[in-house]
Amino acid sequence: MEAVNLYASRLVTRRQSFTPGHRACSGCGEALAVKLVMKALGRDVIVVMATGCMEVISTQLPYTAWEVPWIHTLFENAATVATGIESARKALLRKGTHLSKAKIVAMGGDGATFDIGTGALSGAFERGHDFLYVCLDNEAYMNTGIQRSSATPFGASTTTQPAGKVSFGQSTWKKNMPAIAVAHDIPYVATACHSYPFDLMNKVKKAVAVEGPSYLHIFAVCPTGWRIPTDMTIKLGRLAVETGVFPLYEVDNGKYSLSYEPPELRPVMDYLKPQGRFRHLTPELVDKIQQRVSREYARLMGKCGK
Amino acid sequence: MERRVAFESSFAIAEAARMADIDVCAAYPITPQTHIVERIAQLVADGELDANYVPVESEHSAMSSCLGSSAAGARTFIATAGQGLELMHEAVYVASGMRLPIVMAVCNRALSVPLSIWGDHSDVMAVRDTGWIQIFVENAQQAFDLTLCAFHIAEDPGVLLPTMVHIDGFHLSHVIEPVLLPDQEEVNKFLPRYHHPFVLDPNNPVTMGDFATPALYTETKVGQDTALRNSLKVILRVFQKFGEEFGRDYSPVETYKTEGADILLLTMGSFSEVAMEAVDGLREAGEKVGLVRLRLWRPFPFEQFRQAVSRARLLIVLDRALSFGGPGPVCSEIQAALYHLKERPEVIGFIGGLGGRDISVNGFQDMIHQGIDKAEQGKFGEVEVFDVRE
Repeated sequence: MEAVNLYASRLVTRRQSFTPGHRACSGCGEALAVKLVMKALGRDVIVVMATGCMEVISTQLPYTAWEVPWIHTLFENAATVATGIESARKALLRKGTHLSKAKIVAMGGDGATFDIGTGALSGAFERGHDFLYVCLDNEAYMNTGIQRSSATPFGASTTTQPAGKVSFGQSTWKKNMPAIAVAHDIPYVATACHSYPFDLMNKVKKAVAVEGPSYLHIFAVCPTGWRIPTDMTIKLGRLAVETGVFPLYEVDNGKYSLSYEPPELRPVMDYLKPQGRFRHLTPELVDKIQQRVSREYARLMGKCGK
Repeated sequence: MERRVAFESSFAIAEAARMADIDVCAAYPITPQTHIVERIAQLVADGELDANYVPVESEHSAMSSCLGSSAAGARTFIATAGQGLELMHEAVYVASGMRLPIVMAVCNRALSVPLSIWGDHSDVMAVRDTGWIQIFVENAQQAFDLTLCAFHIAEDPGVLLPTMVHIDGFHLSHVIEPVLLPDQEEVNKFLPRYHHPFVLDPNNPVTMGDFATPALYTETKVGQDTALRNSLKVILRVFQKFGEEFGRDYSPVETYKTEGADILLLTMGSFSEVAMEAVDGLREAGEKVGLVRLRLWRPFPFEQFRQAVSRARLLIVLDRALSFGGPGPVCSEIQAALYHLKERPEVIGFIGGLGGRDISVNGFQDMIHQGIDKAEQGKFGEVEVFDVRE
């Protein structure tokens, strides 16, 4: 397996448009995901980014980690800024004053996507603009200091819904954002994780190839916020997939298909145990999470016709 | 050949946007801005305007969409009012900070609560510090003329700042007046296609909207402020060019019957024309009264303003917005502008015309007389709201 991986990495371009030297924490899964996304996209691309970790770590004046055109304006509006660029491009191409047909990709964290920017994202999907939206989901507001979002999983301790004597942390279940994207009837929706780089990059290529909006939901491990050692990022991404906590699938024109089917799901405890944010969980709560994960996984399998 | 048509002011603005050959208009419907954007949507639907109309899901997204469009190099237009301007507030700052020459028509409207769809300047004052150029218009012709000028000013390579054209909601936006429309060729000559020096282009990648630490934030913002202050020179040049090409002259501060006037009234926007009639009446009665109309609100035209008022004894200022717990926003600006002058008029401020409340010719004459009385009694610095029901 190791030998195969060593060979396979040579199939990927060494050219990076999201360049090293940025200020991400060590072991940052999100920065790794962005690197992979950009490798898959190439240079003919315009990137719109929401306020968040990736924006702050990559563009501190007077430096930039970006070798492609990149724009950040606010927190909640990356999808809308992208629609403005796309509309401008259409008009300028029609009028013959602009020739670039660059792909347009908007990126935001889970806070920008699940919470503050949902309306903007929904509007952009509904209007059918030709762009890819990438959600970089690390399951809380990590940039401001690990506050809960509606992407935070049940039972996780965050700074705004901490575990305590009478609290077990997050008391709600993670919002199903890919399903919300699918409900807009857009041509392509997929989930991915940096721990499966080829799957991730293939999905990026597929997503930008479709005409109209597409949504890629990337599970990004955050050692700082999840309280894990920084060398566990890849491992934990794999555990999320192997336990069924974060299944990899795509929805191509409404048709669900599983991208990776583990022979047998591992118990969620394997995934929860290494993480400080779940340290306080009782066996009863772990059991509750296991039941939920199994049920949701079975539902997804049903949608995939399994 | 110039054409003379009867146009609603909103249509005059839409017509200016059409003749400016805008590329993108993103908007969300809000009273009293709707007639502008409906007209633009219709022009696009009829093939009379080759632009993309983006019907967004909120005012925040309207401005956000314009940020993207302008950053991609498109000539971008937007219109809003009142609550809409408030909802997009943070994005309004971004447009100026990123030096995006977006032109926005604002149909000045009161702010909730109580809900009011009618005009005043509460929304204008709330965006005073956003770094946009702000131009006031008084009639449909000016709405057309100054929207064209706004594109020219905003896109000047020495300016590159977004510009608001302020028309009073309903009092002006919904009024039908005769408008002289120039030929398309004349407009093309006045306003050629523009090219922003830094756009989102993979062949020449730029990073826009970085994050700044305390080490660079101040310098960035000073650069922006300098650009806004320096835009005054370009504004004067564009007004002059417009006058030469179309025969209608505009100035940052305009005066009416101010020669030999001891007492001046200062207004902004559509009320100015009513105030002119009030001045006419008082002049006929032998009173030495004149009118100053502030056309440019930002950048504030200090020099032109001081010249216009320095010889008067009393300046009566009408604010169409409340600054709760403080003086009217225009009045406080004007007092600050005059403070260091050795010879300067005394200032009496009134607040009025809130939430669409009209001020008639008689009303303005009353206001002037009340102002004179107050000055004689030495009641300076008082904040008085005009025409309040007991």
